[in-house]
Amino acid sequence: MKKEHFIRFNLCMILCMAFCLASVPAQAVLAGENSVPEGTGRTDETAVPDRGVTINVYNWGEYIANGTDGSPDVNEEFTRRTGIRVNYTTFDSNEALYSKLVGGGADYDVIIPSDYMVSKLIDEKMLAQLDFSNIPNYRYIDERFRDPDYDPGSRYSVPYTWGVVGLFYNTDYIEEEITSWSALWDDRYAGKILMFDNPRDSFAIAQFMLGQSVNTTDENDWAEAAALLKQQKPLVQAYVMDRIFDKMESSEAWIAPYYSGDAAILVENSDSIRFVVPEEGTNYFVDAMCIPVTSSHKAEAEAYINFLCDPEIAGANMNYVGYSTPESAAKAYMDEEMVESPVYYPDDEILERTEVFVNLPENTSKLVDQLWAEVKMGGPGESMVLVAIILGFLGVYIAILIYKRQKRKRELA
Amino acid sequence: MKKAGARIYTFLIFLFLYAPILVLIVFSFNDSETASRTVWGGFSLRWYRKLFEDRLILEALCNTLLIAVVSAAASTVLGTMAAIGINSMKRLPRRIMMNITNFPMVNPEIVTGVSLMLLFVSAVRLFGGRSLGMGSLFAAHITFCLPYVILSVLPKLRQMDPNLYEAAQDLGCPPGKAFFKVVLPEIMPGIVTGLIMAFTLSIDDFVISYFTSGTTQTLPIYIYSMTRKRISPEINALSTVMFAVVMILLIIINARNAKERKTEKLPEYHESM
Amino acid sequence: MKSDSKFLSAPYTVWMTVFIVLPMLLVGYFAFTDKSGSFTLENILSVGQYSNVFLRSIWLGAVATVVSLGLGYPLAYIIAKMNARRQNVMVMLVMLPMWMNFLLRTYAWMTLLEDNGLINSFLGALGLPRIHMINTAGAVVLGMVYNYIPYMVLPLYSVLTKIDKSVIEAAQDLGANSREVFLKVVVPMSMPGVISGVTMVFVPAVSTFIISKMLGGGGNLLIGDLIDMQFLGSAYNPNLGSAVSLVLMVIILICMGIMNQFDDGEAAGGGMLL
Repeated sequence: MKKEHFIRFNLCMILCMAFCLASVPAQAVLAGENSVPEGTGRTDETAVPDRGVTINVYNWGEYIANGTDGSPDVNEEFTRRTGIRVNYTTFDSNEALYSKLVGGGADYDVIIPSDYMVSKLIDEKMLAQLDFSNIPNYRYIDERFRDPDYDPGSRYSVPYTWGVVGLFYNTDYIEEEITSWSALWDDRYAGKILMFDNPRDSFAIAQFMLGQSVNTTDENDWAEAAALLKQQKPLVQAYVMDRIFDKMESSEAWIAPYYSGDAAILVENSDSIRFVVPEEGTNYFVDAMCIPVTSSHKAEAEAYINFLCDPEIAGANMNYVGYSTPESAAKAYMDEEMVESPVYYPDDEILERTEVFVNLPENTSKLVDQLWAEVKMGGPGESMVLVAIILGFLGVYIAILIYKRQKRKRELA
Repeated sequence: MKKAGARIYTFLIFLFLYAPILVLIVFSFNDSETASRTVWGGFSLRWYRKLFEDRLILEALCNTLLIAVVSAAASTVLGTMAAIGINSMKRLPRRIMMNITNFPMVNPEIVTGVSLMLLFVSAVRLFGGRSLGMGSLFAAHITFCLPYVILSVLPKLRQMDPNLYEAAQDLGCPPGKAFFKVVLPEIMPGIVTGLIMAFTLSIDDFVISYFTSGTTQTLPIYIYSMTRKRISPEINALSTVMFAVVMILLIIINARNAKERKTEKLPEYHESM
Repeated sequence: MKSDSKFLSAPYTVWMTVFIVLPMLLVGYFAFTDKSGSFTLENILSVGQYSNVFLRSIWLGAVATVVSLGLGYPLAYIIAKMNARRQNVMVMLVMLPMWMNFLLRTYAWMTLLEDNGLINSFLGALGLPRIHMINTAGAVVLGMVYNYIPYMVLPLYSVLTKIDKSVIEAAQDLGANSREVFLKVVVPMSMPGVISGVTMVFVPAVSTFIISKMLGGGGNLLIGDLIDMQFLGSAYNPNLGSAVSLVLMVIILICMGIMNQFDDGEAAGGGMLL
């Protein structure tokens, strides 16, 4: 019997070691393909020797060309050209990034949050001003992306990608042409409507319908928008983020809002799915590169930002990521179909109707959270109910204790 | 009749447990431009190819496995020692220890994650030293694995006859040897189960790892960070590979056992006093 | 054994104080202060408005626990009766699905349960009517049961194998049929395992968050989602998040206290897992 457990123990240890060992040869193979510059660069150009500095880059997942699917490994290329190593890690939402930064939990050199988060970080003095003499490639960034609302004067950030939010709908089930956000409130599509699972994007849709600014600080505006969302709730199939792809593709849902770049792939690969930017206007978002004030390798971080602005590199990245680039010069290096597509690059007329998010003041943010919770909860509850629950459980506990004590007394007597 | 019923029931439950795993495996071979997880486009190994080209994911996997192995091992050792100690305590200190031990289990993970992060950050500020990283990850993982290990070993200790240890010493065994030869084999099932549970918890932990990892990337963090765009089926491919490795090992071990054991053994039971 | 082994737990006590007690104090600190650090009861009081979230979470958690117990107990019993060699393999097989990434498993369930998903397609092919399963409370319970049933089976199995054969034989000698033996001997003796299993399922089920977002459609907020929103919402509000989790912890501790009362054995000093 002992032996059984000993063998089981061995099994676990072997398993673990097997995994570890298995991933090492795989990594060695990779290391061979994308060689790390320690004097052994590619044969066409010599690599810059290692400077002994590692920068920590924090970006969205699947947001840089990483050497798969025939794309160049951008980080390796940077290391090869400059000798600076890159420790590349990823995050899933702006708020997660913020939670980690504000707690001091990590030491990043380059971060790539979205517009409103950049705005928030600037307000809270968590970003360092950029030294543009280290970022000469900034000249490639198009005029319309300079001096944005979320970073007046463009002192703290450099745009990386951009896009708009639009409406996707399945023409197999929806006969008419959709032109307005109100289609998401249409009874005929009840149970087949998807909505964003984050407050700002969802509220923005309601706000565009009501004609408000998405950055309003008027409490009544937000309350009105929340009422509209609550009205919509029974018609909504689910509040999703990336699940929209699978649901739209399998025709589980017929109509959903999402970011243009991602879903362009859906439109290309499906005859029935169409994309439209509604007439009321929409959110236009930018993901921008910036440097936290706590960074200890600012010059190297700026070199990285500069590198990503190089048109060839930007083009390679956008080819892989599938979003729109803020640099016209990069389009020369990109897939022609992508560059011509109105989904990726809507005309100016549409762009006139867009608005970008900026940071909201503290009270408004709290209100937004509270209202969003109410929308998802289905209405606020009563404190007394909670107190009743706690007292109820306590009561049961005490009752059992007393019962047991009585029982013990009776048994001893 | 009863045996057939038991077999059917077991089969059904395992079907329930493994149905999503099968779906996962099947869709790792999906040939689809849009990386669909619901619409089958044909058979293809492209995601496996992509998996082995992706340097970052394999680094994350290595980190995760390393952390899982080390924290499972460390928490097992620490937890076993703790269980032995707690077992010898009087009623009140034991109650206090057990209640505090339950805290990491009772708290939602995000609260544990953020509070540990803040703790580590203050420690780093106080004592100097580098920012969070592998070290803080180990500490965090060991912390949430410990309750499971302790709660696995403790009942086995209680079940064990306390006189066995003394009997061994009476027969001339030095205390250390008596421990390893008498006590340890008795509680080994609890230790192994605790180890397995700790490893399982650690390998799939996201929330706590996210906050305490500093600039280190682990596999769950990598996977969750894909949720803004799309979780690519190369993750399915990775899971399939892991699953296959474990299954093969299980089959090998089982086959080895089949050769060694020819007679059936009854499940163990104790002579309780 | 008694005297010197008490100090074996000393390293753990130190670890515990630093990594469990200190963070708990931090949580308490956040719960009772506001952003500027001054004492306030506002956080605790504002937890009351989320009472229906608490109710729903506790209810779903309880249902999931009962279902896990109902499904897991027979399985644990069956495994406990197998021969020793196969037991180990079965235990590993039960635990193995938990090694696949949580998000992937939940996504796979979505693929299975959706209205155009695999199960419904299968039913459709057989000519049977389709069932609407996704985005309901039932799907959330299913997700919870799926993710936590191994933690119910393992403690139960461990206790069931330890049940003294001679007690069962004695009962049979006294004339009990197999049903009575099961109900009056096996079940009471397996109570420590039941309690551990219930604890290990109920507690995470109440505070889970991804399952309700994915399988429940995001329209039914659970406590886990709520707390998650405080840390990852528009306003970073660790104070309210800590307050909610403090209230949750109080409720769970009371529930666990109630459950431990059902265990009349020597395990009254704390939850036994295995």
